Amino acid sequence: MPVLDYDFMQNAFAAGTIVAVVAGLVGYVLVLRGQAFAGHALGHLGFSGATGAALVGLPPLPGLVAMTVLGGIGMGLLGERAGERDVAIGVVLSASLGLGLLFLHFYTGQAASAASLLFGNLLAVDAGAVWGLLALGVAALAALAALLRPLLFATLQPELAEARGVPMRAVSVLFLAVAALAVALCAQAVGVLLVFTLLVAPAATAQRLAGAVLPGMALSAALAVAAAWGGLALSYWTDWPPSVGITALSTATYAIAALAPSLSRFKLRNALRLTEGQGRSATK
Amino acid sequence: MIPLAVELHGLTLAPGGRVVLRDVTLAVPAGRFVGVLGPNGAGKTTLFRAILGLLRPAAGRMLVLGQPPAPGAASIGYVPQVRTQPAGAGLRGWEFVAGAVRGARWGLPRLGGDGRAAVLAALDRVDARALADRPLAALSGGERQRLLLAQALLDQPRLLLLDEPLAGLDPRHAADVVALARQVGQELGITVLFSAHELNPLLGALDEVLYLGRGAAAVGPVDEVVTTPVLSRLYGAPVEVVRAGGRVFVMSGGSPAAGACGPRHEQGHGHERGHARA
Repeated sequence: MPVLDYDFMQNAFAAGTIVAVVAGLVGYVLVLRGQAFAGHALGHLGFSGATGAALVGLPPLPGLVAMTVLGGIGMGLLGERAGERDVAIGVVLSASLGLGLLFLHFYTGQAASAASLLFGNLLAVDAGAVWGLLALGVAALAALAALLRPLLFATLQPELAEARGVPMRAVSVLFLAVAALAVALCAQAVGVLLVFTLLVAPAATAQRLAGAVLPGMALSAALAVAAAWGGLALSYWTDWPPSVGITALSTATYAIAALAPSLSRFKLRNALRLTEGQGRSATK
Repeated sequence: MIPLAVELHGLTLAPGGRVVLRDVTLAVPAGRFVGVLGPNGAGKTTLFRAILGLLRPAAGRMLVLGQPPAPGAASIGYVPQVRTQPAGAGLRGWEFVAGAVRGARWGLPRLGGDGRAAVLAALDRVDARALADRPLAALSGGERQRLLLAQALLDQPRLLLLDEPLAGLDPRHAADVVALARQVGQELGITVLFSAHELNPLLGALDEVLYLGRGAAAVGPVDEVVTTPVLSRLYGAPVEVVRAGGRVFVMSGGSPAAGACGPRHEQGHGHERGHARA
């Protein structure tokens, strides 16, 4: 395949695949738990971490990972009071973005590095970075696998899980740490502003289509990988940044999944009306 | 000696510092179908949480099936109050029942042959196999209760706690849920604690009633507990218990409008009063 003739394209596909698999699997649980917004906020926390690391002369990835994981653990410890939580998360999110901007101001490097932190650039990933992503991805998935059964129980039936002896706080904190790792990986691929596109959109699509958890998680990962590959292929032929194609594809898939069932329900309803002899109202 | 399902000895429960039960001593015999009644806020859910070992007594002690309560006891089956918007409502009912199989253990949620057999047996016990294939969001309130009852039966419990399973059900479905819970309790020979804020849907089915109000409690057969003196004490206000047409009406005394109101409203009125004073 001509797409894979170049080293940077091979690296981009490898990195995109690793990130998409992790994001699809972790994102499924994140969406199921209603914590999508927390995922978005973790990306912004990562921005200040990455720019802070760059300011002191470190590579951005360790700063990104450290900041998102600390943020995830902090959110988990904060507890589950919904209403105020969204506001608190939102305030911390913007503060973190502001802090990142300040770090960038002092770090008189190129504006291009800021753009790639915000919007990602899969084409700039080198072979060493692919191995780093692989190690982080394996760590995140191993932790998710160890956690998955009590995590799903605590998500679907919290009162019951508590009565059955699931350590609710520990499960919640550990999962947000895993989610933070997934966010850091996503930020490497599509940037901190677009983590939703791999973490949330494929997962939400899968939850509309699959009625069981494990097939849903598999579908979510598959959709994320498809979006990553499609975005990279599109980028090869159009010369647009890969993040453009990835966001476009995952948004389009979600939109189709969201609209299709209501369309078919509408048809079904009309069909029923017709069989009940109320054909006139069906023409509306 | 009659075996006891739940024993309370001078028990005080005070979740978050608010005293809900004060110095209550009573015993619930095993193998009975027990209605846990009382106005909203009387402490039905609090008592259940204490039985499950999730809330430590502020004073006194309690025994559940002869043991001090501890979270994770497989001998207690539990159906919590229904949430209005549960997570994953698009998932099939099976996922909710199966999710409770060894749910507190770490690792991947692999069910295994024995897990699958346990889920199927529990579903068959409440005749809910067909419900398990449908998304939770597509089930009616009564169907959802039936399905979640299967989940509570997974570990062969000896005590079943059902927290307000009739909330939001119309009378016909409420009667179905009561009949099913009673039937399951009898078939398995286990104790069922069934909480409700209205007595009448449970009236024919109950062996015993545990009535909570104003920090106190009374337990015994319906005819001994749901009486004018006992309920006046629990409500902390003079109420009158009237039996008519096979139903029981709790009237708050002195209100001239009381006689004109329907039974449902009437009992609600009494409850509001009890609640306001609790």
